[in-house]
Amino acid sequence: MDWSAFSVSLRLAALTCLFLLPLGIWLGRLLATAQFRGKGLCEALIALPLVLPPTVLGFYLLQQFGRDAPLGGAWSALTGSGLNFTFSGILLASLIANLPFAIQPIQRAFEHVPANLREAAWCSGLSPWQTLWRIELPLVWPGILSAAALTFAHTLGEFGVILLVGGAIDGETRTLSIAIYDRVQAFDEQGAASMSALLLVISLATLGLVYGLAGKRRWARGQ
Amino acid sequence: MRALLLLCCWLLSAPVMAGAPIVAAASSLQFALEAAAAQFTQQTGHALRLNFGSSGNFRRQIAQGAPFELFLSADEGFVQALYDEGHVDNTGVMYARGRLAWVQPAGRYSLPDEQAPLAGVQEAIAALEEGQRLRIAIASPEHASYGMVAREVLQKAGLWESSEALRVQGENVSQAMQFALSGEARGGLVAYSLAVAPALVGRSEAVLIPEAWHTPLRQRMVLMPQAGEVAHEFYAWLQQTDAKEIFQTYGFSTD
Repeated sequence: MDWSAFSVSLRLAALTCLFLLPLGIWLGRLLATAQFRGKGLCEALIALPLVLPPTVLGFYLLQQFGRDAPLGGAWSALTGSGLNFTFSGILLASLIANLPFAIQPIQRAFEHVPANLREAAWCSGLSPWQTLWRIELPLVWPGILSAAALTFAHTLGEFGVILLVGGAIDGETRTLSIAIYDRVQAFDEQGAASMSALLLVISLATLGLVYGLAGKRRWARGQ
Repeated sequence: MRALLLLCCWLLSAPVMAGAPIVAAASSLQFALEAAAAQFTQQTGHALRLNFGSSGNFRRQIAQGAPFELFLSADEGFVQALYDEGHVDNTGVMYARGRLAWVQPAGRYSLPDEQAPLAGVQEAIAALEEGQRLRIAIASPEHASYGMVAREVLQKAGLWESSEALRVQGENVSQAMQFALSGEARGGLVAYSLAVAPALVGRSEAVLIPEAWHTPLRQRMVLMPQAGEVAHEFYAWLQQTDAKEIFQTYGFSTD
């Protein structure tokens, strides 16, 4: 068992959730409630990582992350280190790869909040912030929870993008799924097996939690 | 709330493990360098982080700024290329000469004779004409040193085209070895150092390919400009007797 890979994976997944969930709530609500030009394109761009092969995303990021590229150059001027083969690099890659997983469930949940409920809240004198906090968020929390769970589980499983931009560096960019690949190549089937089992359990537990909570909620509503 | 704060601190703390130098090494060294690094750590108390992959892939990653401190290539071409492009400031030293071998799963097929080590490839080609597809594994001839020489050997023997439908390519020579030992394959042209590793010696049988059949695998290592003290120490240690003995155990020649 490669505990440093486990720690990298957990940290990556938790940080991805931490950064993406506020963005997901803001964008999900915006896409659910507002009409604007280019909304279709915007939704398509967000959904793109679902269908784009991870290697394609990884290839573009690898190019953009280089010190000669605008993004990588700006980053290295700012922080002194490049983006390729660093934890910051795989975190940025993971943020992009997980956009649909964080935004779509929240957007679906906001779409089910009736518009007149929001208007009623405003008429009762609640500010837009209070409306969001006290009326909307309590209604959309299952969506937020599934977004968190999906983002978390998907980050743990991400492979292609991280393989391309990460370089499998111990304690920095070698995540659990990369470590499994490495262990298989090193003919260490036992190591690969224990890490695979761990990932299987975590993924199942995460999804079980989401579906379990969603089921309980449906059941409670039916009462 | 305090737990949440602690979690945030852990998340934002810079990834640790900084310090132990990262060594990028050709997959043919998978077992030999693990053994060498273990002995080095035991003798000096310095830890190392080993990354294995194809030499060509590391060559690319180094050109893109990967934070390795020492690069052990499976041939000299990649080191020379890095020097020519100015990514390293010398051409390092040759630490071992590798050998290509025909490797097949133990006890399943007849082992080719030393005089005709490619008999397994010829048998697989003959079997294909009878409708049976037995795979031949090699490492990527694009960016893995052992894949390049495997292609060279097959081309010189006139078996490159006829074996095309049978060939499976590993991303590096370790993966090619996996493929060679899988039930699907007749065998493969891979690194001899993997076939003689204790972990695999019971699962595989090997015949050496004569060195004269291909460009010699003069395995060269080079320190990166950012290499620290421990990396320099390991670089020197790898050129001494203890390391040479380990390399020889794994089928490399070091003269």
